[in-house]
Amino acid sequence: MPKTLYDKLWENHVVRSEADGTALLYIDRHLVHEVTSPQAFEGLKLAGRKPWRVSSIVATADHNTPTDHWERGIEDPVSRQQVETLDANIREVGALAFFPFKDARQGIVHVIGPENGATLPGMTVVCGDSHTSTHGAFACLAHGIGTSEVEHVLATQCLLQKKMKAMLVRIDGKVGAGVTAKDIVLALIGKIGTAGGTGYAIEFGGAAIRALSMEGRMTVCNMAIEAGARVGFVAVDDTTISYLRGRPFAPAGEVWDRAVTHWRTLVSDPGAHFDAVVELDAAQIQPQVTWGTSPEMVAGIGDAVPAPEDFADPVKREGVARALQYMGLTPRTPLAEIKVDKVFIGSCTNSRIEDLREAAAVAKGRRKADNVMQVLVVPGSGLVKRQAEAEGLDKVFVAAGFEWREPGCSMCLAMNADRLEPGERCASTSNRNFEGRQGNGGRTHLVSPAMAAAAAIAGHFADVREII
Amino acid sequence: MRAFTQLDGLVAPLDRANVDTDAIIPKQFLKSIKRSGFGPNAFDEWRYLDRGEPGIDNSKRPLNPEFVLNQPRYQGAAVLLTRDNFGCGSSREHAPWALEDYGFRAIVGTSFADIFFNNSFKNGLLPIRLPAAEVDELFAQVAATPGYRLRIDLAAQTVTRPDGKVLSFDVDAFRKECLLHGWDDIGLTLRHADTIREFEARRRIEQPWLFS
Repeated sequence: MPKTLYDKLWENHVVRSEADGTALLYIDRHLVHEVTSPQAFEGLKLAGRKPWRVSSIVATADHNTPTDHWERGIEDPVSRQQVETLDANIREVGALAFFPFKDARQGIVHVIGPENGATLPGMTVVCGDSHTSTHGAFACLAHGIGTSEVEHVLATQCLLQKKMKAMLVRIDGKVGAGVTAKDIVLALIGKIGTAGGTGYAIEFGGAAIRALSMEGRMTVCNMAIEAGARVGFVAVDDTTISYLRGRPFAPAGEVWDRAVTHWRTLVSDPGAHFDAVVELDAAQIQPQVTWGTSPEMVAGIGDAVPAPEDFADPVKREGVARALQYMGLTPRTPLAEIKVDKVFIGSCTNSRIEDLREAAAVAKGRRKADNVMQVLVVPGSGLVKRQAEAEGLDKVFVAAGFEWREPGCSMCLAMNADRLEPGERCASTSNRNFEGRQGNGGRTHLVSPAMAAAAAIAGHFADVREII
Repeated sequence: MRAFTQLDGLVAPLDRANVDTDAIIPKQFLKSIKRSGFGPNAFDEWRYLDRGEPGIDNSKRPLNPEFVLNQPRYQGAAVLLTRDNFGCGSSREHAPWALEDYGFRAIVGTSFADIFFNNSFKNGLLPIRLPAAEVDELFAQVAATPGYRLRIDLAAQTVTRPDGKVLSFDVDAFRKECLLHGWDDIGLTLRHADTIREFEARRRIEQPWLFS
């Protein structure tokens, strides 16, 4: 019987199953950061348990770390304590790799795993972070988990999980110039909604996905969770394999060849059954801008803010009315007329080298608009930062009036000092436009890196296709 | 883990869809390295008129009178009634910790985000999925009836309304057993340590690159 990629990944990791189908899934890679791990390490210690396999752990500090003035350390004492707690825990138990604050390879946990070759095809990957789905770009079964599960994986190397339903999202055709992976995934969320993928594992396929780089595939899988799916993934192909060759933790020599032979099998068989299939035509996708407080509240740059009465469902209508009030938007306003106060280019969704290149291509030789108070460019990792500097991207950003920062999660969730003030409107390349996400009272519009740079230059949302 | 068997609890309505975990517990409170004490900051941005920060005395902060959970009639609620996709977004387990610390033991809605749903069971907080029509009726009854309570029986998988109508809900057999007994998942899994070790040893030979 033909199998989906999900079937293969699942069957390859089941240690045992309960009568109701709840399985113990073996975990190959455990990514750890400072926010969701302290209580897990404490729980382990209180129970007198030891980590099962520390060589599965890759750890970094990213959520609380500042993105400027590293010489001052972490000034917020509560943030500092959390980062120091991670340092102490990893020092005590050990890890395959640890990239602490200020390390040359420190960065956002979902950026450093892949770039170091610590994320390999066919792995189960977990992290106490919902955006763990990012690693699915490598045909991994990558679950975001809670802290109790972090402790469970530390103690047992397994995750208790029931098999989900399988969804195929097929995006055929070719995207137009200026349309990116971010626009593809936002358009998908606009179509199926933020609960559209709940209970499903999503495989992304079709010509438009195959044409994406690994960076682009990571952007798409990253936001599977914003479509409600805990895991999202892409089958292995030449793009996957050539990305991994020579990475620090990737295999080499004869083991590499054996690994590649296995990785080539990590595709859905022809005729495999999916419980749901969603199709999008890439050619129809415009650059996207969210207008509300949920990622499904999204439209093309050529469109206008909708009105509550456009929605038949009363709960939805009420939600749209509340969102427009929070966002300070009037129905029927063209998206391209909405002015922005700040711009954020970064996050586990869009802080990789390709994202920075896209933003720099728009910023080059231009200058941010006067009404834009701040444009933060936050690379995903120390390695991304150095690569960007080697290509001169930092100079392009600085010349445009953008700020070139140190790596971290930064204003995606504003746990450090980078945040919006009440009422401020931001064009952001991050993943969530929830109320208060980027700072109490802040108003977030999700866009691609190219569209964020275009908004910074124009002072309002603008169609990047008319600029490049 | 705290067991859940039966509950007779006051119901509070939160009539909106897509309540995300950022709303349930904002990011500044995630800097804590403890599991407890998040209740006073549950729904912080909706609940108070000022900006909350860790370490401040929440009892002195101005409450938002418009927020439903601040109404006198819902004080002491143990059941939260809500709509679609509750708990979406961030995987932060601080969300169920905050709800549990606030005093909720069960959440009734039409659907829950996967990670939140899972995290709730680990903390003795029972998420109950009911059909939309039944949830609509519950919202109407709660609004019309001060002191509205529901009786929840996990073993029987039932929610009983004050008018005697019994609603049934589904729950995975394994989760149900764990929650009824308050079993520690890790202890249960470690009973299979030998099976895990055998699996791991086989894997090390078949796919050595996963162990470098």
